[in-house]
Amino acid sequence: MSRRELVAGATAAAAFSAVPLQAQAGNAGTDKPVTAKVSLTVNGQRRELELDTRTSLLDAAREHLQLTGSKKGCDHGQCGACTMIVDGRRINSCLTLAVMHQGSEITTIEGLGQPDNLHPMQAAFIKHDGYQCGYCTPGQICSGVAVLGEIKAGIPSHVTADLNAPMEATVDEIRERMSGNICRCGAYSNIVEAMTEVAGRQA
Amino acid sequence: MKSFTYERPTSPAEAAAAVARNPDAKFIAGGTNLLDLMKLQIETPSHLVDVNGLGLDTVEATQDGGLRIGALVRNTDLAADARVRKDYGVLSRALLAGASGQLRNKATTAGNLLQRTRCPYFYDTAQACNKRQPGSGCSAIDGVSRSLAVIGSSEACIATYPGDMAVAMRVLDATVETVDGKGKGRTIAIADFHRLPGDRPEVDTTLKPGELITAVTLPKPVAGTHIYRKVRDRASYAYALVSVAAILNKDGSGHVAFGGVAPRPWRLEAAEADLPRGAKAVTDKVFAGAKPTQDNAFKLKLAERTLSAALTQARA
Ligand SMILES: Cc1cc2nc3c(=O)[nH]c(=O)nc-3n(C[C@H](O)[C@H](O)[C@H](O)COP(=O)(O)OP(=O)(O)OC[C@H]3O[C@@H](n4cnc5c(N)ncnc54)[C@H](O)[C@@H]3O)c2cc1C
Ligand code: SF4
Repeated sequence: MSRRELVAGATAAAAFSAVPLQAQAGNAGTDKPVTAKVSLTVNGQRRELELDTRTSLLDAAREHLQLTGSKKGCDHGQCGACTMIVDGRRINSCLTLAVMHQGSEITTIEGLGQPDNLHPMQAAFIKHDGYQCGYCTPGQICSGVAVLGEIKAGIPSHVTADLNAPMEATVDEIRERMSGNICRCGAYSNIVEAMTEVAGRQA
Repeated sequence: MKSFTYERPTSPAEAAAAVARNPDAKFIAGGTNLLDLMKLQIETPSHLVDVNGLGLDTVEATQDGGLRIGALVRNTDLAADARVRKDYGVLSRALLAGASGQLRNKATTAGNLLQRTRCPYFYDTAQACNKRQPGSGCSAIDGVSRSLAVIGSSEACIATYPGDMAVAMRVLDATVETVDGKGKGRTIAIADFHRLPGDRPEVDTTLKPGELITAVTLPKPVAGTHIYRKVRDRASYAYALVSVAAILNKDGSGHVAFGGVAPRPWRLEAAEADLPRGAKAVTDKVFAGAKPTQDNAFKLKLAERTLSAALTQARA
C-alpha cells in the first residue's frame, strides 16, 4: 500500500485541535470494521464516541446515544424522518457520517423540547393533529422549526416569486419547503396549520 | 456498506494527492450522493478523503466581473447569495428546483456537478448495467426508459445526467477549476466537463483520477430574463423529466440549455439564433438526430413546449 501511514484511530485530543482527523485499521479493503473517535455536542451535551466509520449520524444517535426520537424511514435521504438540526441547519442525518461531524452541535427532537417543556412547534403539532402514526413527526418538527428560520433568514425557495424581495411564511412557501418530509398518513394540511400558527406567533 | 478508512486533510493539494495515489479512494463532500450509493454497494471506496476541511466555501467576485464559487459552497448558500439572486437568477432557480431543503443544506457545488445518474437499473444491482459494471449490458434499452435520454446516448448506455444546477451552469458558460494529485491546476469549460457515454459509459466526466474540483467560475452576468423551468411528475422533490435553463430578451433572443434529456446538460449554441422565431424552430435543431425510445419520445414535444412557456414568460 503506497498510502502514507495514517494514525490508528484519531485521539479525541487530536480531533479537537487543527490536526486532520484520520482513521485507519490494519486491513483496509477487506471488510474489517475501521473505527474512529469523534466528539459531538448533542442537545447541549458533549458526547465522545468511538464508532465504525460507516456509522451514519442517525445510527450514532439511535444506536449509540439511545436517542431514538429521530427515525429511520428510507435511509436514503428521500423521506425526511431522520431530519436533525446540525450546526443550525436541518439535514438528513442518514446521509452523513458521524465521523464527519467532529465538534458539530446537533439538535434532535429530544433536544427541541420535552413532554413537560414542549417547543412551540411540538405544542402546535399536538393542537392541530399534525400526525397520525407519528413516525415522521420528529423529522417534520425539526424540519418545520428550521423552515421558519430559513424564511426569516431570507433564504428563497422554488415558489418564491421575487428572488430579491423579503420572504413570508405563506402556505405555498411552507408546502414547498416541507417537501423533503414525507407523511404516509397524509397529515400535511394539519402540519401546514401548525407551522402557520407558530410562524404567526413569531412574527 | 463496505468498510473504509477516513481522513480529513486541510489543503486541496494534499486531498488531491491522497485520492490520486489510491485507486480505491474517493472524495466525500456533502455525502448525499456518495453515501446513498455506498449503502447500495454501487460505490465501494476503501478510503474516504473528506474535503470539508479545505475551506473552498466562499463566493468571490472575479476581476472580470464574474463570480468564483468555491467547490464546497452549499447549494442553499449559493442559491441565496445576493449576487447570484440578482445577476444569475437562472442558477438560483435551478438550485432551488433541486432536491429538498435538507439536501441542499448539505450538497456542495462540486458534489452536485458530479452526482451520478438516476437510471433505475444503475441503482438496482441485480440488473445488468454498463455504467455500474462495464461490459454487463444495458437493461434500460429494452426496459423502462421513460426518464432516460433522448439524445447523446449510445448503444452502451441511455442514462441522463439528472441534475439541475449544471444545466444553469451550462447556459451561463461556467468554467470548472481543478487541482490534480501533483498540485497542478487546470480549467475545464462546462461544455467539456460531462462526457457522452460512447462505449465507456462508466466514465461520467473528463476529470482525471484524483483530480479535485476547487471552484466553478461564472463569467460576467448576461442581461435578460433568467428562467429555469422544470417539468416533473410532482410539483416538488422530483428529478426533471425535462428542464429548460434560459436567459431570454423580450424579442425572444438569448440562450438556452436543456436538462433531463441527455447524458449531459444539452445545448446547441448554433440553434439560439432561431429563438425569436419560436420554440419549435429551436428544438427542431437542438434535437435533430435524437433517438428516443418508445417510453420517452414524449420528451421531445415536452422540451418544445417547456421552451415555448419560457419564451412566453420572457415576453410578458
Ligand atoms: C432524495 C434525493 C433527491 C434529489 N433530487 C435532486 C434534484 O431534483 N435535482 C438535483 O439536481 N439533484 C438532486 N439530488 C442530488 C443532489 O443534488 C446531490 O446528491 C448533491 O448535489 C451531491 O452533492 P454532495 O456534496 O452531497 O456530493 P457527495 O455525495 O459528497 O459527492 C458526490 C461525488 O462527487 C465527488 N466529489 C465531491 N466533491 C468533490 C470535489 N471537490 N472534487 C472532486 N470530486 C468531488 C465525490 O467523490 C462523489 O463521487 C437529490 C438527491 C437525493 C438523495
Ligand atoms: S442506461 Fe446506462 S445507467 Fe441505465 S442500465 Fe443502461 S448502462 Fe446502466
